[in-house]
Amino acid sequence: MNSLLLRAALCAACSLASFHAPAAEVQVAVAANFAVPLQKIAEGFTAATGHTLKVSAGATGKFYSQIIAGAPFEVLIAADDETPKKLITEGHAVAGSRFTYAIGRLVLWSAQRGFVDDQGAVLASGRFAHLAIANPKVAPYGAAGLQVIKARSLSDALKPKLVTGQSIAQAFQFVSTGNAELGFVALSQVAVPGKPAVGSYWLVPQELYGEIRQDAVLLKPGADNPAAMALLAYLKSPAAQEVTRAFGYGSYM
Amino acid sequence: MTPEDWSAVRLTAQLATLTTLLLLLIGTPIAWWLARTRSRSRPLVASLVAMPIVLPPTVMGFYLLLLMGPQGPIGQLTEALGLGRLPFTFAGLVVASVLYSMPFVVQPLQQAFEAIPERMLEAAATLRAGPWDRFFSVVLPLARPGFLTASVLGFAHTVGEFGVVLMIGGNIPNVSRVLSVAIYGHVEALEFDAAHRLAAGMVVFAMVVLVALYVLGQRTGRAAERVR
Repeated sequence: MNSLLLRAALCAACSLASFHAPAAEVQVAVAANFAVPLQKIAEGFTAATGHTLKVSAGATGKFYSQIIAGAPFEVLIAADDETPKKLITEGHAVAGSRFTYAIGRLVLWSAQRGFVDDQGAVLASGRFAHLAIANPKVAPYGAAGLQVIKARSLSDALKPKLVTGQSIAQAFQFVSTGNAELGFVALSQVAVPGKPAVGSYWLVPQELYGEIRQDAVLLKPGADNPAAMALLAYLKSPAAQEVTRAFGYGSYM
Repeated sequence: MTPEDWSAVRLTAQLATLTTLLLLLIGTPIAWWLARTRSRSRPLVASLVAMPIVLPPTVMGFYLLLLMGPQGPIGQLTEALGLGRLPFTFAGLVVASVLYSMPFVVQPLQQAFEAIPERMLEAAATLRAGPWDRFFSVVLPLARPGFLTASVLGFAHTVGEFGVVLMIGGNIPNVSRVLSVAIYGHVEALEFDAAHRLAAGMVVFAMVVLVALYVLGQRTGRAAERVR
């Protein structure tokens, strides 16, 4: 096992054994789609360790540009696995600290009840004018949506109907305002704990698209902050993973 | 530059030209009314016109998306008229741009109109010039610098528009992927070279337009002085 991971694990173990290190602060950049689950996780983290989070939520690609420009983030909780990989290769993140904290699950969603069937046959029905997706070039959920369309051999039929949001949040807005009848979004946006799902959706089988891995990584400014390492360790804990699953993500752990 | 980038350039020029022409048509009567009225609703109308300066563009875009959507009043109106829905269409972008760039056209025109002394219009009236005649032969020439400023600001502001178009456009090639959205897309995809090329083009364009404005403005300004 990597010595850093070992240190992180030890650190978490210490804090769980209520050996409280002096409480510190972690500056976290989190992908917008995981901001709400992180809030929940942060409550447990602070209760267990005494450390607190300073959270900035945004698009992973923008965080990348800011991090290579010297932003003071200590942990990146990304929406993909490419960005953390690249940050390690380019020397902005700590090698060996990257791991998959959640697996994104794609849904085909409509704000209208009964519009989407549980086989996704509506895609081929032609009963809609617009299908919203996130920009496939930058958003993994957008790329996954395109793969589903391709798997169903509907690329040519649906191309003129595609409207592209710059992020998964924007794709969600296009659908929730009814301007697009359908859209590929994240299950975590549609099935929020404590809120009944609006409209209708098809949970796309995972065989139809490449796995959407969301990775977290320790950034260079946080390399010496025990609280940052504790947070990464806590993300792997059963308590954090339970929250992650409750919000509609899959997990490895 | 790829064909897609060129299409973004073309689309942006079309959008800005059409928006500016429409704004001159709509904005002139509004500005004239604001400059001359003694109505008590004047501050209210002036504030409404200025609202797009206050509202963050993505916020304004979001509300336009709601208003123009199937549940929104504008969306229901356009559908009832058989026009379909505005979001994700070029027409929708034009409507949004007109609203968004309105203050940049109305305010310079209003200032130009306010600077025209009442006595000149009265003098023209005593020479039996009707209201239209007075407008075209007295107001228009005197307000020419104002029209120039208004046109250039309206055009340039529409070219630089981003948030509103991003929200209601849907980033569709040849329909709503304008320059600013294309550049943003390149940056997000970390295609910095393509982004630099488009951005450089945009900066050069803006410089040319603004220098032209100031040069022309100086000349017609002097001409207007001579008339007075």
